[in-house]
Amino acid sequence: MKTASNFLDIKDVSTAFKINGHYYDAISHINLQVQHDEILAIVGESGCGKSTLATTIMGLHDPAETKISGSVDFEGTDLLGLDEDGYNQFRGAKIGMIFQDPLSALNPLKRIEDQISEVMDYHTSLSKTAKHDRVIELLNQVGIVNPERTAHQYPHELSGGMRQRVIIAIAIACKPDLIIADEPTTALDVTIQAQILDVLRDIQRENHAGIILITHDLGVVAETADRVAVMYAGQIVEQGTAEQIFNSPEHPYTRSLLRSMPQRDNENDDLYVIQGNVPSLQKMPSKGDRFAPRIPWVPASAHEEHPTMHEVAPGHEVRCTCYKDFTFPDEKGSVTE
Amino acid sequence: MWKTILRRFLIMIPEVIILSLLVFLLAKAMPGDPFTGSINPKADPQQIKHLMRMNGLYDPWYQQYWNWVVHLFHGNLGNSYQYQEPVTRLIEGRAGNTLWLALFTMILTYVFALPMGVFAGRHEGKLPDTIIRVYTYVTYCIPFFVILVIGIWIFGYVLGWFPTTGSISSDASGWLHTVGSRFYHILLPGLLGALFGTVNIVQYLRSEVIDAKHSDYVRTARSKGVPNRDIYLHHIFRNSLLPIAAFAGYSITGLLNGSIFTETVFSYPGMGLLFVNSISYRDYTVITALVLIYGILNLLGTLLSDIILSIVDPRIRIE
Repeated sequence: MKTASNFLDIKDVSTAFKINGHYYDAISHINLQVQHDEILAIVGESGCGKSTLATTIMGLHDPAETKISGSVDFEGTDLLGLDEDGYNQFRGAKIGMIFQDPLSALNPLKRIEDQISEVMDYHTSLSKTAKHDRVIELLNQVGIVNPERTAHQYPHELSGGMRQRVIIAIAIACKPDLIIADEPTTALDVTIQAQILDVLRDIQRENHAGIILITHDLGVVAETADRVAVMYAGQIVEQGTAEQIFNSPEHPYTRSLLRSMPQRDNENDDLYVIQGNVPSLQKMPSKGDRFAPRIPWVPASAHEEHPTMHEVAPGHEVRCTCYKDFTFPDEKGSVTE
Repeated sequence: MWKTILRRFLIMIPEVIILSLLVFLLAKAMPGDPFTGSINPKADPQQIKHLMRMNGLYDPWYQQYWNWVVHLFHGNLGNSYQYQEPVTRLIEGRAGNTLWLALFTMILTYVFALPMGVFAGRHEGKLPDTIIRVYTYVTYCIPFFVILVIGIWIFGYVLGWFPTTGSISSDASGWLHTVGSRFYHILLPGLLGALFGTVNIVQYLRSEVIDAKHSDYVRTARSKGVPNRDIYLHHIFRNSLLPIAAFAGYSITGLLNGSIFTETVFSYPGMGLLFVNSISYRDYTVITALVLIYGILNLLGTLLSDIILSIVDPRIRIE
């Protein structure tokens, strides 16, 4: 029974970074909802603002260097209105975060056990032995074979996959309602990737948590996600259920991404390559479709001046109107000069 | 960890042997002989040669080296020509003074430098950081003996707050008075040494704190909900101390070498002053003994650095 209860409601969130005295939007006007028991994947190229969104939710930006607007409603509290101490009540306890690089995300001078139980030091009143038992339980849960031994080891003694498991153990130690996983499998090889994703899914089922999975790997998305939000240049350009996104993608960017993915039944040996690059923060166009320069064959009249989200099916939204007649240059009926 | 220390200690043995060989050979290479000046100048050269032979100075060098080493192990470093006293007794009376001053200076240096380094790193780019940086660079730019002379002039002569010579006042009696007087005598040189010796520690620590502040593991800690104060205490401070710890042993040897300046300017009867004096009097036995001791202390300093590092950094321990 899935009653659509959004426990996380991101409304109109923009985050701007200070570069040479000026603020530039890294993400602008993001609207997203996450429900319990759901994996929401955020996909996009590097530099699209996926990680910025994650760290904005966690409040990990230096307030002196960033300007954040909008609201992040988490179970009735606006996180962005909290001070440092208030935020610390949520971090680790109700929101857990899994970081991209397992090699550097652990403190090299602390034993694994201490790093995991540190979360519990601040959010629980468990006794020392209870914490130890919980650490062992967590290490078991994330699939570490010899938890007693691992608990007493230092990060440099573990492999990359084991470290990522430890990081997941830290993130889930206090059974958070929301887990933000920022490219959790990027630094790992493919077999380990699959195991880590399994661990994530199991945990989600057990805790009824909502997961925001940030990745640029569409294979990972297809395997795990319930809903998908596609980000480009700091904006969400399309969102919908995983089936909607994979079976009937609408936005040119989503379609380009899917087309640049290697597929077994693809007879053509050449992979599609999206021209150009994600614009840098300083060069972000203030109006027009931000993806337009990378699909130059689409006439300017096809784009909106200030692209907005359009609902194409229940729960499936697309930015800009250019999706309507979009075709690739090598497809039939393409609009070429 | 004991394995690391033991292994590190064993490495030191060949180092000490090479050091002693070098010191011995250099001493042998120095011109002159130990008797010409110390007995009747009208003495027959034949007699001197006889003395030399009696003392084994015509033996092959390895034989002499072996004798010297055997004497070393018996605690016999020879006699000083200047003082006509066994070198061991000369050094015995001064080593304590030097170590006492060096230790005091080191503790003070860390007391000043550690908070400054962390504070500067934490408030990177802001006013307190700028003040601390300017301060350390200014102290770094002024030669240390100039500071000593100016310090002695202002606080010793003009204000008269501190004694300017010696290690203890001549009328000190009783346990408490003795310790108090000794402490009073090292206060000014120790303070000057510490206030003007912070630059290395502060700059290292500052840049380490800045690095750690932006590191991934600190971000992980923040995502756990650890308050800022505890992040500095449990994560940033300890990790930033690694290079400082590695530095600690060397800094002791640096202080011992620096004692040569301090002790000369303050006429403080320690090994540094003895060293300077014995060089001007060509007191060879004392010079070789002191060079050997300073060399061994340097080796012990690096040993200490490695031991400290293996305690604080699990990555370099040998399992």
